[in-house]
Amino acid sequence: MSLSTDMPVRVADVTQVTDLVKRFRFERLDGQPMPFFSGGAHVVVSMNDNGLLRRNPYSLMSSPDDNSGYDISVLRVPNSRGGSIFMHEQVKPGDQLTVSQPVNLFAPDHRGRKHILIAGGIGITPFLAMMDQFSRDNVAFELHYAIRSRTHGAYWQQLLDRYGARRIKIYVDEEKSTLPLATIVENQPLGTHLYVCGPAGMIDGVLLTALQAGWPKENLHSERFLAPPAGLPFQVFLEKSNIHMTVGEHQSILEAAEAHGCDAPYMCRGGACGQCETAVVSSDGMLEHNDIYLSDAEKASGGKVMICVSRFKGQQLVLQL
Amino acid sequence: MLVQGIKSRPEYKGLEIDPHAKRHLFVLEGEGAKALTDQVEAKGKDFLARSEILYLAGGAAPKAYDAVMAALSPDIFWQAPTLQPMLFRLRACLEQARMGTRIYVAGTEGFIGQIMQVVLEYGVDFNSIHTEHRGSTARRVQCVHCKGITDDVTTSPFACTHCGLSLLVRDHYSRRLGAFQGVNIDAEEPGTAPQPEEMFP
Repeated sequence: MSLSTDMPVRVADVTQVTDLVKRFRFERLDGQPMPFFSGGAHVVVSMNDNGLLRRNPYSLMSSPDDNSGYDISVLRVPNSRGGSIFMHEQVKPGDQLTVSQPVNLFAPDHRGRKHILIAGGIGITPFLAMMDQFSRDNVAFELHYAIRSRTHGAYWQQLLDRYGARRIKIYVDEEKSTLPLATIVENQPLGTHLYVCGPAGMIDGVLLTALQAGWPKENLHSERFLAPPAGLPFQVFLEKSNIHMTVGEHQSILEAAEAHGCDAPYMCRGGACGQCETAVVSSDGMLEHNDIYLSDAEKASGGKVMICVSRFKGQQLVLQL
Repeated sequence: MLVQGIKSRPEYKGLEIDPHAKRHLFVLEGEGAKALTDQVEAKGKDFLARSEILYLAGGAAPKAYDAVMAALSPDIFWQAPTLQPMLFRLRACLEQARMGTRIYVAGTEGFIGQIMQVVLEYGVDFNSIHTEHRGSTARRVQCVHCKGITDDVTTSPFACTHCGLSLLVRDHYSRRLGAFQGVNIDAEEPGTAPQPEEMFP
């Protein structure tokens, strides 16, 4: 439904960046240019893992100026649901994959007079494209990038070389240097915008520190994609499609619906964008809302569910889908 | 005669001291002074030590709100004789301001609109600016035909002070211009405009 515009692509290049990070370059099979995107955008990559369809969102990290191809970086996550392992172990140059049109849920606010980017680990990827854009537009920015060790951290040396030590600050956990959050948010000029991408705990810490330092919430931006959490299997009836299905332990409702041939709308697949919002017709149990899109009141009312990440405990859940 | 129900009509949600803000910048006009003194009554005087107040008395000068606010001993109290020096001073304040600064604007709609125009240039999101409408409901209106702006419009229709056309005042508002949009009411048959109605006292 949302994806009649998917693009078949060829893997043009695979680069081992660090022990756990690989970079992939995608180019279109028909040789046409890729659609332009803006810094902060992501695509959903569809993988065919032995008949099992996997779809994961990845931030675009190449230059927004470059429409000859897209680059993404993938962190290998050992105990994950398998998408990153598949990318690392199976995908080779020359392979075919499908990527969605670019979607931006983390765009810079161009009214800002200065931009502060805070990245933790693989959270660096959306900022690579953003910085390219800021630098081209001659807009003031600074990056604060926290990594575990210099061997684990991706791209930090290239960033230092390209943008210089005034704009790029690296903090290495192994060397006991940590993000000086309170100092970063203090004394910034009016009209500064702050963006954070990384582990959930870090995002919460940054946002809280900034709010307590008197920043208005309108100037704070974060991107967190949640992987659909695992849980006990449960039964769902899709009313409009007339499908009875079981959502497996490691499956989301959205993935189960897709496996049953239901073309449900989606965009981020991480509980952030609101595209897959689905009305609950009836439920005889507890919805486990795992998204960050619905308000607390909406979650409590139980009338809607974000099927990309949320789960259910009970006998039967009926959805208007 | 007024065209209502247009989404661009601004909402003024009222001043509310933000407890996390490190600094408060008040930009007030006329009766807007009461929006500040009401906050002092409700929240106490603590925030005044971190506050800068820019005040334009305008038509409310006889009420001597300036003396009341100066007596509250804010960090800085400054009074403008007219709007132009007010805008100039505001720019200087914003140039120096840091991210912990919260901006509060109160007064007539025309005043709020022109202050917002300046503040928005500094990359501040308009949702983070506190506004409160006080005093006259007279409007600042742009003629969509000649682009001339007329301040303190109290009737609809009214004669454009620039081109003389009879203009219908609508709720259609331009944040960029800080003005409502007025449209010629008798374009098809000039001279048939209804009598002006006093609508914005």
